[in-house]
Amino acid sequence: MNRHLTRLALLAAAASVVLPFLAILSAALQPESNLTPGLEWPSDPHWENFATAWSSAGFATLLKSSAIIALGVVPLSLVLATLAGYGMATMDLRVKGPLFALLMLGLALPYEAIVIPLYYDLRSIGLLNSYWAVILPLIGAFMPFGVFWMRSHFESLPKELTEAAQMDGASSGRVLTRVLLPTAGPALTTLGLLYFMWAWNHFLLALILIQDPAMRTAPSGLGKFVQQFGKNIPLLSAGTIIVITPIVLLYLFFQRHFVKGILAGAVK
Amino acid sequence: MADTAVLPARRAGRETAAPAPRRRRGRLTPLLYVLPALLFYAAFVIVPWLHSLWISLWEWNGIGVATWAGLANYIEVFTDAALRSSLLHAFGFIVFYSVLPIGIGLVLAALVAATPWKAMPFIRTILFLPQILPLVAVGVIWKWIYSADGPLGLDSSWLGDFTLAYPAVGLVGTWVSTGLCFLLLLSGIGKIEPSLYEAARVEGCGPVREFWHVTVPGLRKEIAVAATVTIIAALASFDVVYVMTGGGPGYATMVPGVQIYQLVFTAGRVGTACALATVLSLLTCAVMYGLNRLTRER
Repeated sequence: MNRHLTRLALLAAAASVVLPFLAILSAALQPESNLTPGLEWPSDPHWENFATAWSSAGFATLLKSSAIIALGVVPLSLVLATLAGYGMATMDLRVKGPLFALLMLGLALPYEAIVIPLYYDLRSIGLLNSYWAVILPLIGAFMPFGVFWMRSHFESLPKELTEAAQMDGASSGRVLTRVLLPTAGPALTTLGLLYFMWAWNHFLLALILIQDPAMRTAPSGLGKFVQQFGKNIPLLSAGTIIVITPIVLLYLFFQRHFVKGILAGAVK
Repeated sequence: MADTAVLPARRAGRETAAPAPRRRRGRLTPLLYVLPALLFYAAFVIVPWLHSLWISLWEWNGIGVATWAGLANYIEVFTDAALRSSLLHAFGFIVFYSVLPIGIGLVLAALVAATPWKAMPFIRTILFLPQILPLVAVGVIWKWIYSADGPLGLDSSWLGDFTLAYPAVGLVGTWVSTGLCFLLLLSGIGKIEPSLYEAARVEGCGPVREFWHVTVPGLRKEIAVAATVTIIAALASFDVVYVMTGGGPGYATMVPGVQIYQLVFTAGRVGTACALATVLSLLTCAVMYGLNRLTRER
């Protein structure tokens, strides 16, 4: 009895997650002119809506911008976070406490608090409306999480590992590249995937700092599309599915990393 | 007496004086490793935040000459009904983003922990899905669901209704956060000492008492973590509201994020926008600090 109740509750929860996806998929397959209300599979699915959204509605360009930004953010962020995580793990200085607090602050600070000055500052140095306008601030904003993430990885390793290398006279750089990095594969993969997802999904900075339609990211383009063509539900739905597909596929492939990363990351 | 006590210490100090420069350089090396990350963080987060603080003290339309305003913009944030209500809406979202998901997550986690199921990994994959989606897309999907002639077959859109719009938008937050809270709490239940449950059963506790006296206290840390993450998301909500209602109808769903956007780009009140942004970030940090203290003291 109890067991059936549990399974029923779980299935209900899962259904409440899946049903909105089916709703948007069914809407994406409706004819553009004649929308039938309700959650019904269209008798004559219009798959060409996806082609229209991809080319004439410009979602292909949006995906390209998002990919450029995500690929610009991830490698540099990983390098900086690894170096700083190693630094924080081995640091034995009084500034460690204040540094720690400063980084903690970054975990709570909303993007709303920095986007306005970024807009004016980046404009005055001519970086507004370029991919850098989003790449650079995102790297900065991603640092606290990444530093804490890599630090806790390095601190989880046995001390003997580094001590032995130091006894042999290895410099701190050698310890990092030869001894510690070979162990960091899984931690770096998880962090890289999280960074990619956050950069891909990010909306506020992309919306405000890149206003040139040719360089808009997928989420910000989708946001603008709703305002301009919100009535064209089939095209909007097809566009939404195009925007979420890459990230959903990535999630299904690397599910363990995503779940572990977000759950463990929250705890840290 | 005093001399003899001090002398060895001095001598010890002098002995370490010679190799000190080298050792100090070694001790400073970690700082060099932290520096690049710190520079990025300072340049694109800390400095803009301080700049925002500075702008908030001026009356500025974004183009012309700014005039000194002192704390006038802050007074406006707390006296202007529209601005104040945006802050209240953000805090109200805590019910939808944190309280409901943690409540549902607790009950589900307690049920599931008692009865394992082979299909669980599959269910977990689905329940976690809302966490990885762009919130803009989530907003678009739910806007369609709530619309007139949408899949629910509503006569008129809930998002156009002054009383229904706010809870309708809030529930999207519940949809997004519940899976995360459930999985966080479920992972915590596995760490509760099984002997506590045995003891409760020996004392004749029913499942409800067991839930309140063993499960909930045992999950204190996980609950705090879930609350922290979801409250940050509630206070910083922008994407979903911007896409679904733009803050309307009227100001029914206005949140600070959308308000700041409008103040800068349509009203030309940049100083006020920065004051609101500063207040929002200080309130967020205060809530975080409070939660942190609460869990550490016990």
